[in-house]
Amino acid sequence: MSAMKHSLLTLDARTKKRNAAEKRFKACGLSAIVVAMLALVVLLVSVFGSGASAFRQTYIAIEVPFPEAKLDQSGVRDPDVMSQVTTLGYEPLLVDGLLAAIDAAGIATEMSDKDIGALISKEAPATVRNFVLANPDVIGSSATFDLLASGRIDGFFKGRVTMESAALDGNTSPEALQLAQDLRDAGIIQTRFNWNFLIAPDASDQRPEAAGLGVAILGSLYMMIVVLVLALPIGVAASIYLEEFAPKTWWTDVIEVNISNLAAVPSIVYGILGLAIFINFMEFNQSSPLVGGLVLTLMTLPTIIISTRASLKSVPPSIRDAALGVGASKMQSVLHHALPLAAPGILTGTIIGLAQALGETAPLLLIGMVAFVREYPAAYTPDAGLFGEASTALPVQVFNWTQRADPGFVERASGAIITLLVFLLIMNTIAIVLRRKFERRW
Amino acid sequence: MSLSMSVLIVIALSIVGYVLAPRRALRLVGGDRRKLASLPKQYGLSAGLSVFLPAMLIALLGGIGGVAGSVLPVIIVAVAIGACCLAILKSRPDFIARNSAETLIKAVLIAASGVAILTTIGIVMSLVFETANFFRDYSWTDFFFSTTWSPNFRGDSALGILPLLWGTLYISFIALAFAVPIGLFAAIYLSEYASPRMRSVAKPAIEILAGIPTIVYGLFALITVGPFLRDYFAAPLGLEQSASSVMTAGLVMGVMLIPFVSSLSDDIINAVPQAMRDGSFGLGATKSETIRQVVIPAALPGIVGAVLLAASRAIGETMIVVLGAGAAASMSLNPFEAMTTVTVKIVSQLTGDTDFASPETLVAFALALTLFVITLGLNVVALFIVRKYREQYE
Repeated sequence: MSAMKHSLLTLDARTKKRNAAEKRFKACGLSAIVVAMLALVVLLVSVFGSGASAFRQTYIAIEVPFPEAKLDQSGVRDPDVMSQVTTLGYEPLLVDGLLAAIDAAGIATEMSDKDIGALISKEAPATVRNFVLANPDVIGSSATFDLLASGRIDGFFKGRVTMESAALDGNTSPEALQLAQDLRDAGIIQTRFNWNFLIAPDASDQRPEAAGLGVAILGSLYMMIVVLVLALPIGVAASIYLEEFAPKTWWTDVIEVNISNLAAVPSIVYGILGLAIFINFMEFNQSSPLVGGLVLTLMTLPTIIISTRASLKSVPPSIRDAALGVGASKMQSVLHHALPLAAPGILTGTIIGLAQALGETAPLLLIGMVAFVREYPAAYTPDAGLFGEASTALPVQVFNWTQRADPGFVERASGAIITLLVFLLIMNTIAIVLRRKFERRW
Repeated sequence: MSLSMSVLIVIALSIVGYVLAPRRALRLVGGDRRKLASLPKQYGLSAGLSVFLPAMLIALLGGIGGVAGSVLPVIIVAVAIGACCLAILKSRPDFIARNSAETLIKAVLIAASGVAILTTIGIVMSLVFETANFFRDYSWTDFFFSTTWSPNFRGDSALGILPLLWGTLYISFIALAFAVPIGLFAAIYLSEYASPRMRSVAKPAIEILAGIPTIVYGLFALITVGPFLRDYFAAPLGLEQSASSVMTAGLVMGVMLIPFVSSLSDDIINAVPQAMRDGSFGLGATKSETIRQVVIPAALPGIVGAVLLAASRAIGETMIVVLGAGAAASMSLNPFEAMTTVTVKIVSQLTGDTDFASPETLVAFALALTLFVITLGLNVVALFIVRKYREQYE
């Protein structure tokens, strides 16, 4: 037996202990990766789970009558005169239309007309009124509309509102939900894809069902244009100087250290800069995409400079030497040869920088982009100048919606996040494809 | 004449210079371009730039300096016309246009690299001026040493930074306590154990976390993590009933920091020379012993740098704490209590109706300056350590 004690094939206690420690260590590493991946999955599932329904919306299809006695007593069909009838004047018409539809479908209900009217969104009368003012000739006849259902009814068909929660809710009731279910069975209420979520402007606190991202997407687009037009040329020019021309002096060192520090300055400090310099000192318009774009440009510059310098560095010196050898100046060797060869890398870095800028929220809060904006901003107006009209931006719209009381806005905020993530995914995919396609190994 | 009109005129004059200067040079040599000192297009480039750049410089300086709107465009156009005439006159066969054009281009490049400096100056100036205004109305000892934060727009506010700093540091501590072990272990596993295939999947997946905007993390904290922690931990333990808490913000921020810690540590671990590992294996150490007793000690300075960078990121983070941490300033140890941070208060004091004469608004600048100094200090130390460490093995 004593020979067995020293066999190489049997592990002694110490080796076992060391092997166990090895296994534990490896398991720790693996579980760290699993935790990180799990966090990613939970995050995406939670956002997509609560936001996917924002892309579907419940509509009520009814025929709305337009009696002359109520809408245009003058009989002249002048939109200016007719606009004296406010949306309050249109509400009863919608209720009439809905009651008629309920009768026609043979659905029995004991609810009051007012409660039945609450099935329709408060946004709907405005929609109908705008239609009538644009087409005065319809008065005296009627027209079929797909009207927004109210937020609670919409929530019912998406599972957010249940019979139990409705019983405790002042804004709806189990009877209303039952009626909505009957109307859906009769084909009067439908839930379908919601283009308005991507196109419509924001809506007020009580109307989550009408809120959309139109203004926010437009504002973000304007800001990205400003960032691209400013950050790309400035960033590339600065990198060319620092990488190709700058002598090794204390001044270049200062710039280098400065750029690496700017990349790590908290984004909210850039917001303070925008507020103090661009709005208070230079008096640009608050909430304008111009100021937002300028702030994001300053934030994106370090990213673009760092990636541009890396791709200029990767162009081999022999290319520059060859150009210098046939009589090009230093500037020509860089602009005609090194820069075009570095272009794919620069482009990739720029797109990644833009993607970062697109998701940035904190600095925009400080320059007033949280304002409630319902008008689509124009790219240019003589009064406000280029990109000077008040606007909002995608990530800020998300923040805005999280601050509202109606639970319907949680769905909207998550839906906006999905839209934002889709934009980011597209941009990053383009960057990866560009890198794959044009990357050269020297 | 409006400013945009004058800019359009300048552009038109630049084009005129670009077209006419080479023509004049060519005409003077009778169309024989071999007799020119530079290529004809370089005459054009030189002339175009020498019209455009000075005029734009004046426009920029005048715009910032606040020269009257009616005078500035006139000056700009006058300068442009003068420069245009001068450039065309200068365009003679013996004029070395390439050098002239390239000097101008180089000036543009230098100016562009100066934007980074200007940004820093802008940040420091905007913070320092308003902070000075703030301390004129409010005593600095109260700001730095008072433990109450209760702004009151009718005056008589208590604006002590300590509760905000406490919240900031507590949240950052939880975030780092979560992110550093996970990020470090992930980096170790990926660089020492993982097969190339696993690495090619796991590394990009973790880096996706770094590309997600912070507002997404904020919403995640608000709708998922906060209610989850309240319902399953805080409420059963009887600690607190609030969904926004230090724990919520800290954990979500920790998730955000994982890729940050792991990719930096990954670089640093990979920079440790293979010879050191081989020496350790040769002495009979197992893989984990090698990592713990050779690789990590060798990489430690770099890892400390990475952790400091992550800490500076955590302290300056805004959206996660705005949506996850709460708005009430308090100094307590309960991790399930809502607390607030420096960044949250900067946002809340500067959004909505602001009055730049009242200390309640100006305090945001003092808060931001404190934040800037802290993060800058952390960054400088971290970059110094990382750089020093890199040199060690190169």
